[in-house]
Amino acid sequence: MNVLTDNLSLYGKGLLGTVELTVYASLLALVLGFLMASFRVAPVGSLRAFGTVWVTVLRNTPLTLLFFAVLLGLPRFGVVLPFQLFAVLALGCYTSAFICEAVRAGINTVPTGQGEAARSLGMTFTQTLGSVVLPQAFRSVIPPVGSTLIALAKNSAIAGSFSVTELLGTYKTLNELGYSIIWSFVWIAVGYLIVTLTISAVFNVLEKRWGVAR
Amino acid sequence: MVLDPLIELRNVNKHYGQLHVLKDIDLTVGRGEVVVIIGPSGSGKSTLCRTINRLEPVESGTITLDGHPLPEEGRELARLRAEVGMVFQSFNLFAHRTVLANVSLAQVKVRKRGKEEADKRSRELLERVGLLAHADKYPAQLSGGQQQRVAIARALAMDPKALLFDEPTSALDPEMINEVLEVMQQLARDGMTMVVVTHEMGFARSAANRVVFMADGRIVEDRPPEEFFTAPESERARDFLSKILKH
Repeated sequence: MNVLTDNLSLYGKGLLGTVELTVYASLLALVLGFLMASFRVAPVGSLRAFGTVWVTVLRNTPLTLLFFAVLLGLPRFGVVLPFQLFAVLALGCYTSAFICEAVRAGINTVPTGQGEAARSLGMTFTQTLGSVVLPQAFRSVIPPVGSTLIALAKNSAIAGSFSVTELLGTYKTLNELGYSIIWSFVWIAVGYLIVTLTISAVFNVLEKRWGVAR
Repeated sequence: MVLDPLIELRNVNKHYGQLHVLKDIDLTVGRGEVVVIIGPSGSGKSTLCRTINRLEPVESGTITLDGHPLPEEGRELARLRAEVGMVFQSFNLFAHRTVLANVSLAQVKVRKRGKEEADKRSRELLERVGLLAHADKYPAQLSGGQQQRVAIARALAMDPKALLFDEPTSALDPEMINEVLEVMQQLARDGMTMVVVTHEMGFARSAANRVVFMADGRIVEDRPPEEFFTAPESERARDFLSKILKH
């Protein structure tokens, strides 16, 4: 029990690190995910191809491998950034592939007539997508996007192996200090629960607010 | 023949896979004309209607709107589409927007009108189709006939040069068909150029300048309604009319 009370600031820093990774990577993943989903339904062939390649490559690469590629690969091309930023890039891009597919599934639930009506009124592709299709797709993508972001929160643990401060990484220090490994992990698990249950709660609210079919 | 052509199709062909749905279609619609397209199911009449604003691209042939050939998908096509309103069988009102917002949306996005100006115009049009009282409702709260009248108001809000109707009453309960047809009759009297795909022979007789009869992807007859209904030239049209006018 005193693992927690003795090391409150260590746990706190770890939790903060995980929250930061989760929030920044989620924002990146949502922006890129929506963008890639728009690419994948665009009338322009090259955009569709780009979206497809993006999803195929990122969704099928093990996340650890992606971390290696970003953290060890990018510096070779002269891109030197803080490790935390690298971790956000890797997590965000990886998760964006899953968000993209959830959004695309949502777009497919909107009847084609909605888009046809918008186009027949002279609206461009961007206007049709932004004002007519995505707002209606949004309500059906809330649950799967919630799941994807919870997965992201848990995947952020991989960043700990690349010397980014986050929750799971705290166990190494605690272990060296001689604390019980079981209790160290119990409190780490509680920390993850705080993050993931918060995400669940936010998405429950979103679903209540937006998810109702009119 | 047609004095002031607004819509012209020349030698238009289209396939769905093996199926040849439009075969060498030539059709001219003059300004202010009401052309009703009738024919059996699968004859290509809806497809023909949808090619005019390129919701269905064609494989060969040319389509011109007011002298401009239809461009490829893009901004130029969007600009031309704004000039041709379309009313669908399934209404296709934007389900997440109120009736008023449905009519105003494209005015703001496409015609770049201010929100207040657009709403003012929308209210005028909703008044005209008798639905001003429902302006703040969502489409799902309206009957089919009411939704279709909103859809007509939404198309009119763009001040189009022509209106396309793709079986506008086919999804309606019988008692709601008339309220939609009355709005269409009024538009025809006001001189709107209209292409109407329908099964409503009464509307074709009373409002059309010309009836185009299609079968198997071809235009079989293209004549004034009185001639067509009293003395169809082709065997195919006689057969069609005998089946639908019997009861």
